[in-house]
Amino acid sequence: MATTDLAVHGSTGQFAGSRIVNDFSLQVATVNGSGSQSANTVLLRTIFQMGVPVSGKNLFPSNIAGLPTWYTIRANKNGYIARKKEVDFLIAMNPETAIEDVKVLAAGAAVLYDEPLKLNAVRTDLTFYPVPFDKITATVCPEAKLRKLVKNMVYVGVAAHLLGLDMTEVEKAIRRQFGKKQKAADLNVNAVKAGYDYAVATIEKMDPYWISRMDENRGKIIIDGNSAAALGCMFAGVTVVTWYPITPSSSLVESLIDYMKKYRIGADGKATFAIVQAEDELAAVGMVIGAAWAGARSMTATSGPGISLMSEFTGLGYYAEVPAVIWDIQRVGPSTGLPTRTAQGDLLSTAFLSHGDTKHVLLFPASPEECFTMAQDAFNLAELAQTPVFVLSDLDLGMNNWMADQFQYPTTPIKRGKVLSKEDRDRLGGFARYKDVDGDGIGYRTIPGNSHPASAYFTRGSGHNEKGQYSERPDDYRNNMDRLNRKFEYLRTLVPKPQLVVNGTSEVGVIAYGTSHYATGESRDQLRKEHRVELDYLRVRAYPFSAEVHEFIAKHDRVYIIDQNRDAQMFQLLKLDLAAEQTEKLRSVRNYDGLPIDARSITSEIASQEGK
Amino acid sequence: MGTIPSSTGTPKTNNIGLTVVEYKGGKTTLCAGCGHNAISERIIDAMFEMGVDPTRVAKLSGIGCSSKSPAYFMSRSPSFNSVHGRMPSIATGTLLANQGLVAIGVSGDGDTASIGIGQFVHLMRRNIPMIYIIEDNGVYGLTKGQFSATADLGSKLKTGVINDLPPIDTCALAIQLGATFVGRSFSGDKKQLTAMLKAAIAHKGTVMLDVISPCVTFNDHEGSTKSYKFTKDHEEPLHDITFVPSFEEIDVEYAEGETVDVTMHDGSRLRLHKLEEDYDPTNKIEALRRVAQAHEDGEILTGVFYINTKQPTFMELLNMTEEPLATLPEERVRPSREVLAECMERLK
Ligand SMILES: Cc1ncc(C[n+]2csc(CCOP(=O)(O)OP(=O)(O)O)c2C)c(N)n1
Ligand code: SF4
Ligand SMILES: [Mg+2]
Repeated sequence: MATTDLAVHGSTGQFAGSRIVNDFSLQVATVNGSGSQSANTVLLRTIFQMGVPVSGKNLFPSNIAGLPTWYTIRANKNGYIARKKEVDFLIAMNPETAIEDVKVLAAGAAVLYDEPLKLNAVRTDLTFYPVPFDKITATVCPEAKLRKLVKNMVYVGVAAHLLGLDMTEVEKAIRRQFGKKQKAADLNVNAVKAGYDYAVATIEKMDPYWISRMDENRGKIIIDGNSAAALGCMFAGVTVVTWYPITPSSSLVESLIDYMKKYRIGADGKATFAIVQAEDELAAVGMVIGAAWAGARSMTATSGPGISLMSEFTGLGYYAEVPAVIWDIQRVGPSTGLPTRTAQGDLLSTAFLSHGDTKHVLLFPASPEECFTMAQDAFNLAELAQTPVFVLSDLDLGMNNWMADQFQYPTTPIKRGKVLSKEDRDRLGGFARYKDVDGDGIGYRTIPGNSHPASAYFTRGSGHNEKGQYSERPDDYRNNMDRLNRKFEYLRTLVPKPQLVVNGTSEVGVIAYGTSHYATGESRDQLRKEHRVELDYLRVRAYPFSAEVHEFIAKHDRVYIIDQNRDAQMFQLLKLDLAAEQTEKLRSVRNYDGLPIDARSITSEIASQEGK
Repeated sequence: MGTIPSSTGTPKTNNIGLTVVEYKGGKTTLCAGCGHNAISERIIDAMFEMGVDPTRVAKLSGIGCSSKSPAYFMSRSPSFNSVHGRMPSIATGTLLANQGLVAIGVSGDGDTASIGIGQFVHLMRRNIPMIYIIEDNGVYGLTKGQFSATADLGSKLKTGVINDLPPIDTCALAIQLGATFVGRSFSGDKKQLTAMLKAAIAHKGTVMLDVISPCVTFNDHEGSTKSYKFTKDHEEPLHDITFVPSFEEIDVEYAEGETVDVTMHDGSRLRLHKLEEDYDPTNKIEALRRVAQAHEDGEILTGVFYINTKQPTFMELLNMTEEPLATLPEERVRPSREVLAECMERLK
């Protein structure tokens, strides 16, 4: 058939009989700002609705419109949802990148493309499906200026036929996407149908990739990590939020604004919160610290460049012992780096942010569920320990859509920590703000507005004694620093415990954190199957490390540490924490190309270090 | 004075039953004669006379000799001596958490006009309801006498170095940016400064007071334009200021046309008695013109330059519930199970 350039030579139907079902990755290459996002979401949702585990990752440029963007969907029956290195099915819509996109494909991949691009001339070992998108679009979209957008839905229709997507699910996904905008939904449904009908009539399926209904997603939701974090913060009872826009953290606060406007306005029409767009990140974190000092649950969200600006204030938070919750949705640094690419590059800078002997609590969410729960953990910890807490998400988690279990309503009440009321103050007699009354290193505080005449204390970032009075005495300084250390040690027992995924099966272990979790799990299976290397696995969820992390390392001969940064930052942080004989066991696996880490890279690195 | 009923033997109490001792701070560690100490005294007087409950006050500051001074007044009020140039964000956060507090921020000319100019600008622009005082000595006292950005052209350091950059006029800036009560005073002008501070307490919105406050150690010599002598010689008050709190009777009557009365939010009155010229402090453009004119004439103009009692504050724009956000109970800040279920349903 003229319209199907099957470019596999010789054998007829190389793929006949070898269907690959629910196990491939599909990439859509488009131009930023062309409106392909809705079409891609419809594809993702359709597969999700068909019960097949799926993930979608948007690889976009730091640009508003005109530069290339790629959206990768991975469907996998085993639940492997990390980025897959190879693309199996390409939808090539961007003339700028099409040839390069096709060149890098592995042999046997399928390419659905806009006919004028003539991509079938580029290679002979791929399956090509040229489609006259403009012609098809014109038939369903009389309005010329909408065609650029509608064209995207046409590829959804063609792909639906080729991949065996259920059209009723596609339509459901579209209607969901457009909500009340009935006319837009109809237009898009028609475009998908036109693409589908065209494909049915003219294209012969020659590639092996299929989606077939499963039942793995029952009760699940799809959400991006930033929206999950926003929900978590709202249910954690946040009252003061400050921010300065920066990718990839802006959507966290924007989502929070939407939720709070909807659910945190009282019956009197008044807000139980304040959200302030500050003039910069210095002011954003300053407002957070000011608000927390005055007793509010307060937070800000930022990314690397903002973290750098927050340095001095977070040191004040540590030393003057003021709570703060700081979300760092990590992106690629140094400096402006790659603003729209992902990394785990801020561990060391946040752990020790600010001068002097400063150290901070870090949490590492790996999923939307954990963005939700760790939001609550972060506020509780910050207020219990009276110290800044950083939540280190990343662009991959924050901005991409993920399947998740439905979030559970918080089971514990909000914990405000050691705050003395007027009555407490009456009862206690004396009050020394920084006295270690309970032996956990955490003093009692009062907040402004306490009407007890002797409840006030002087908060300062300069040297102070137990009463908060200015002091340069060597013993006062040292005692205070030692108490802060006791508190940090105590925090090891308070922070979320690591997830011990597998233990006791091997003398070799692997430690990962955050979004490396998915590729790590998949790589363990690859290593077992392909190299007969068995790895025990511990996922770190917080710093300072709890005892379980030390125990895991102690139990193993070698432990691989997976980092999405150049300098092996988790590896280094662990080294600082471990006894010398333990540090020798650590091995490092790093990924730092701005793309979410994939299993294959981990597997080859570990296999080679294991001498396989 | 009518506010302070006194009977011989017992100390005077104010209208909330406190004595002035209850407004005192710790013993100052600043240099004897430092203008900042005099300002602390005036703050004590004003707060006492206005009957402000010290436990409802929050003192905020940055870093510098000036920023240390909250330790030397009102020990009953919580205080946050933060980082250099960033008091505005601390103050803003404090008021977001508890808009019922009376916030008083103390900064220096270095703390405000150099490192802190960015946050200063935005605090003014937001009309955050607080009193912002610059204790202005034209130098960095704490780091031993370098020029600050408010030093006048031609002013001389002890070392003989001459300032050759123009000063930033923080009052002109504040007026232009949106502060709603802006004035300049002198630490040595007890009567004027106390009256201005009392009016400041009554005002709802950003009060920005630039108070010339000589640094006796580094900038009080011949050739300095921020010395006691120079300031006394060149001070040019716009008007004579009396402040009449809502709970007091006006006791001095001036002839018609001699005074401008401004009624404050709480019903108290700021009475500006004309000295040499007619001056309307509610006219923003005129205020800017007059401040600029003073620079041309080489005079240190003092008084209330601008006042606007109509502008909503930032806290009002945020539409927050009246109770402090800081202490809202769990049931008001954690939505119900049904809300979570509804959110989950939408994401399915
Ligand atoms: C980030 C930072 N840089 C520099 C300093 C050093 N420093 C402390 S006070 C000060 C200047 C204070 O001048 P000003 O605000 O005018 O206060 P004054 O001492 O004159 O009252 C400087 C530069 C600091 N504390 N922090
Ligand atoms: S150095 Fe100057 S500003 Fe600092 S306390 Fe002494 S006189 Fe005051
Ligand atoms: Mg100064």
